[in-house]
Amino acid sequence: MREQAAAKGRKILASLDYPLRPVEKGYANRSLYVNLTDRAILSKPVTDEMKEIFIGGRGFGLWYLWNAVTEKTKWDDPENEIVISAGPIGGITQYPGAGKSIVVTLSPTTGTVIDSNVGGHFGPLLKFSGWDALEIQGQAEKDVIIFIDGNAGRVTIEEAGPGPGDSHLIIEQLMDIYAPTEEDKRHVSVVTTGTGAEHTLIGMLNFSFYDLHRKIVRVKQAGRGGTGTVFRAKKIRALVVKYAGVKGDSNGPADKKKINAAGIRLHREIAALDDRQCRMRRTGTTYLVQIMNDHDILPVHNFKFGSHPDAHRLNDRYWRTRFSPGKADGCWYGCTLACAHVAMEHRLKTGPYKGQVVAVDGPEYETIAGVGSNCGIFDPDSVLELNFYCDTYGIDTISFGNITAFLMECFEKGIINEKITGGLKLTFGNAEAALELLHQMARGEGFGRLAGQGVRRLKRILAEQYGADAAFLQDIGMEAKGLEYSLYVSKESLAQQGGYGLTNKGPQHDEAWLIFMDMVLNQIPTFEDKAEALYYFPMFRTWFSLNGLCKLPWNDIVPADNADTDEPAKVPEHVENYVNLFSGVTGRNITKEDLITMSEAVYNFQRVFNLKMGFGTREHDAVPYRSLGPATVEEYESRADRYDRQLKELAGFDPEGKSTEEKLRALRKYREDQYQRLIDAVYARRGWAANGVPTLETLKRLKIDFPDVVALVEKHLPRQ
Amino acid sequence: MKILKARPEACNECYACLDACARARFKAAEREKAALRIAPRDPATGLVSFITCNQCGECIDYCPVQAICRAKSGVVRIDRDRCVGCYSCVAFCPRGAMFMQDDLNEPFKCISCGKCVRECPTGALYLEEVNKN
Repeated sequence: MREQAAAKGRKILASLDYPLRPVEKGYANRSLYVNLTDRAILSKPVTDEMKEIFIGGRGFGLWYLWNAVTEKTKWDDPENEIVISAGPIGGITQYPGAGKSIVVTLSPTTGTVIDSNVGGHFGPLLKFSGWDALEIQGQAEKDVIIFIDGNAGRVTIEEAGPGPGDSHLIIEQLMDIYAPTEEDKRHVSVVTTGTGAEHTLIGMLNFSFYDLHRKIVRVKQAGRGGTGTVFRAKKIRALVVKYAGVKGDSNGPADKKKINAAGIRLHREIAALDDRQCRMRRTGTTYLVQIMNDHDILPVHNFKFGSHPDAHRLNDRYWRTRFSPGKADGCWYGCTLACAHVAMEHRLKTGPYKGQVVAVDGPEYETIAGVGSNCGIFDPDSVLELNFYCDTYGIDTISFGNITAFLMECFEKGIINEKITGGLKLTFGNAEAALELLHQMARGEGFGRLAGQGVRRLKRILAEQYGADAAFLQDIGMEAKGLEYSLYVSKESLAQQGGYGLTNKGPQHDEAWLIFMDMVLNQIPTFEDKAEALYYFPMFRTWFSLNGLCKLPWNDIVPADNADTDEPAKVPEHVENYVNLFSGVTGRNITKEDLITMSEAVYNFQRVFNLKMGFGTREHDAVPYRSLGPATVEEYESRADRYDRQLKELAGFDPEGKSTEEKLRALRKYREDQYQRLIDAVYARRGWAANGVPTLETLKRLKIDFPDVVALVEKHLPRQ
Repeated sequence: MKILKARPEACNECYACLDACARARFKAAEREKAALRIAPRDPATGLVSFITCNQCGECIDYCPVQAICRAKSGVVRIDRDRCVGCYSCVAFCPRGAMFMQDDLNEPFKCISCGKCVRECPTGALYLEEVNKN
């Protein structure tokens, strides 16, 4: 490999040779530490305590990061780390959705810890190369590549040298170097980002895998919270892992029989039912567009509305005609839910690659709703173009969609104008302006440079520099904790308001998605019911990120008799599968209750981590009012019947003869009060004090009462 | 191309075919390792049914690593070195003729070798030459 790198004019800055050994019961039992400042490369043991309490994946990321940073550490300080880990189940090939990597770092937009769950082959190949986690600290002087050769047993830090700055070109170049033959390509996975990550705070990371059927490299994104921005601050051009030899038992399972049984059961369920349920295999998550629109929860015009007459232009009926058909579209081996679709032959109309014909990974629901409906853009080609450029620039489509929609609303309100935007007419539906904003972000120029700071900073900048009404911007700017909202309108579901607001990292639906249970099916009517849901589901979903699993095969396919079970929302048969997968891999026999406790330990540790970084208390669980209810007269009047009825039936306020402003205020008072009462109920159920800090009893019960954790928490607990 | 076919009315359920197949493929005594199955007699017809691969090749596109391909003879084969053992093919085979066993990493299927045909004492199995297309 030294020769290979040298042949490409690449200087090796440091290297580590390590002994190869098989993965045992889901663990390689060591993690790889790389310091880019002093170029140290070390092998660290993974301890039994780590496995017992933190499990893997996000848990390992949090543990390493906790030990690496102080309360003063900022995202761009060298001591901040990027940790990538798949978790013990990650890498099995028999069960759908088992190839996820979890990225953990201090976020540029939230200032505290972020975790982002991503597909692609990096995490599994990293583990099979001998490493449960990759922990990167420090900052290089010039761009570097970290290369892990899992067959040779060698890690190198290499000078990246000259090369392109955007993902699709970086990956193309690196595949030529590290996978020179067609046969090599499937053994290599690259993590990289693009020029947008360098010039904004919303940079994401692309994780690659090779699509053997189409003979192209595909990418999945660790989108949330600016992981790509941290990556570029460390001057990492790319991470490359190469491992040939993935087999059905590469993960060293304790009892493969259990895994096989769960795997074949789910594979068969998908084969029999997916066509009748979500059609993930054909159109992926795009099926959600029409459903959300029909239930008035598809974000439109910066979350003002929940539906639009043109939304059908972006629904799965269209994407069915646009996606390249494929029967093996999983982002890791054995994922028969196979939602990783691709639109081939999109001819770019704008930007630096204008005129080129490219393949676009996705778009998935969040991207369609984010850069599409939320910005009033209903032209699928524009959505594809925005998707492609966000991906190659390394920009999170969810944050980009929110920022653009927020600025469009500000533009239409006259808060900003063409003079401020440098000529960009940021009106809803103006795809050309949205694309130009994106290109500016990537170049780090003009208004795009400002926009790339994210909604939270924009609120402050527009108020301070352009005299905007700060309170109004707070109401309509869809971020909490500094993270932009994922794409569901939560106004009519109190439980989902908590599902977004009471998260550890900020409003991302991977903690809880309760809208149907709450709003449509009315299964959790009381505060206690909602609190129970906001205890169970965030813990349950956290478990995926500890183990390298994808959430989709849990409930985007369900057994034929699921509706007849006691708790259909939990999908009991699939929970049983997870219990069997975990014990089948690790040999630790667990129950479904243990699964929740395991997550709870990590979840509470993350809450305490927020506390360490200066957050993690009740005031930081505040949300913009638009996530609770109509923030403007326009919104109220668009659904006046609904809100008038609620005022009368729920809030004890007679709307008759009142002005919209009066009704708006009354509804707001009611809904804000409901949210506070929800918080009380949820904190109590989670074992937290009224200020949102986990109690000492909770820490003890979960065995995370480490001395430094206890000392920190004691400082913040209310006096008895 | 040759495909394995059956005359259920001739079967006396001696299972010599399964034994021959498992022995030939895996040097194994377990009938579960045979690449065909005999399903129990249907009470209505009194006949067994055979689960055999018709070499349709539907499994080829489901394999994420292209470990399944059609050989020159037209028979569909699994490259065991390439296979990552995900069992997608097992679940999606329209005839249920792709098999797996817990102690084997890779699935297995009929390759029309004819061993079972030769061992069948009643002529219940036979190979038929069909057009590759």
